[in-house]
Amino acid sequence: MNNAMKTLTNGILKENPTFVLVLGMCPTLATTTSAVNGMAMGLATMFVLICSNIVISLLKNVIPDKVRIPAFIVVIATFVTIVQLVMQAYLPGIYDVLGLFIPLIVVNCIVLGRAEAFAAKNSVGLSALDGIGMGLGFTMALTLLGAVRELLGTGACFGFQIFPDNYGALLFVLAPGAFIALAYLMVIINKIQNK
Amino acid sequence: MAKLESTLQNMILSLVIICVVAAGALAGVYILTKANIEAQETAKKQAAILAVLPEGCEVADAEEVAGLKVYKAYQGGEWVATAVETSEVGFDGHQVIMVGFDAEGKVINYEVLKQTETPGLGAHIDHWFKDQKGNQSIIGRKAGALSVRQDSGDVDAITAATISSRAFLKAINKAYAAYKGGDVEAQTGASQLNKAEEAEGEEANVEPTNEEEGAL
Repeated sequence: MNNAMKTLTNGILKENPTFVLVLGMCPTLATTTSAVNGMAMGLATMFVLICSNIVISLLKNVIPDKVRIPAFIVVIATFVTIVQLVMQAYLPGIYDVLGLFIPLIVVNCIVLGRAEAFAAKNSVGLSALDGIGMGLGFTMALTLLGAVRELLGTGACFGFQIFPDNYGALLFVLAPGAFIALAYLMVIINKIQNK
Repeated sequence: MAKLESTLQNMILSLVIICVVAAGALAGVYILTKANIEAQETAKKQAAILAVLPEGCEVADAEEVAGLKVYKAYQGGEWVATAVETSEVGFDGHQVIMVGFDAEGKVINYEVLKQTETPGLGAHIDHWFKDQKGNQSIIGRKAGALSVRQDSGDVDAITAATISSRAFLKAINKAYAAYKGGDVEAQTGASQLNKAEEAEGEEANVEPTNEEEGAL
């Protein structure tokens, strides 16, 4: 039980994919223009992570070592395409914004990274927990980054106007703002953790 | 269960089985979501048609003109504008655009229905040619011979996305040809660089208008 708890919380803070491992930066920086976008991207990635972790953990003994990478990629790409189709069918609003980035989950290092480093070596239960933990960590990081950028850039948070749009620094919604906001969030998180 | 050895037979077998299962799963999801995705696209298209036409129009059913879908709009029984669905190969895949022309052939508005251009660069086509800044807006301009500055035209292309911009204007020009009921092939066959050839066509009277507008 202790082990399970450790696996679950590992991804949320100690090995947070965004703030500590710094993996999967492409979707992180590109999609976090608002809190909702960040959260949707995080949840989509989380779904893929959990599913691919479970399946890869189940298949780990029938996949010969030398072809494990292509096998993992096929599994991951399948789940990503499923997410894409379902999102397109039922969440067109979010799909319009994130559509271009959803296929990029396939090459998100964090998904393949967890498959290779964790799911291929551990039991199904632990792999699922690892997927949930890492996914939550990733979702939280993206939501936080999105919220900060949305607030500083447009004065809103989750779509609620907190201060007038005019006072927002547009820079934060644009690409450079993503780097600046991410860097400062990393500083803050590291400061808290090193205490 | 022991881990399978990396023999050729094992490798081929496991990869083939994984791929077949994955393909089967995808086919299933595709069939399940197909109807819904199509419904969403139709709704989006309807919204786009209304967005590019003047308010309070009655839109007729689609007509096929030279391979493009043309929607004529009537106000009180009189034809006032036309929406055309057009497409062109951009920098990365197809751009599908709905564009509205008024009775004089001027662009009322446009909506990008589908595009896979580079985010942050070519993807700006969805608003760039509407922004009243410099010479980048095509709203209110007469289409047919629109081309970017790089091709000695008078439309400002998107910074660092000339290919996407070029494709976008080509699609608009194609739509204009369909709006005129003309032969699309003849229109697109004439390259934007080849002004002499285009001037011979119906664009002859368009060219000066564009220059006048540019000067203003």
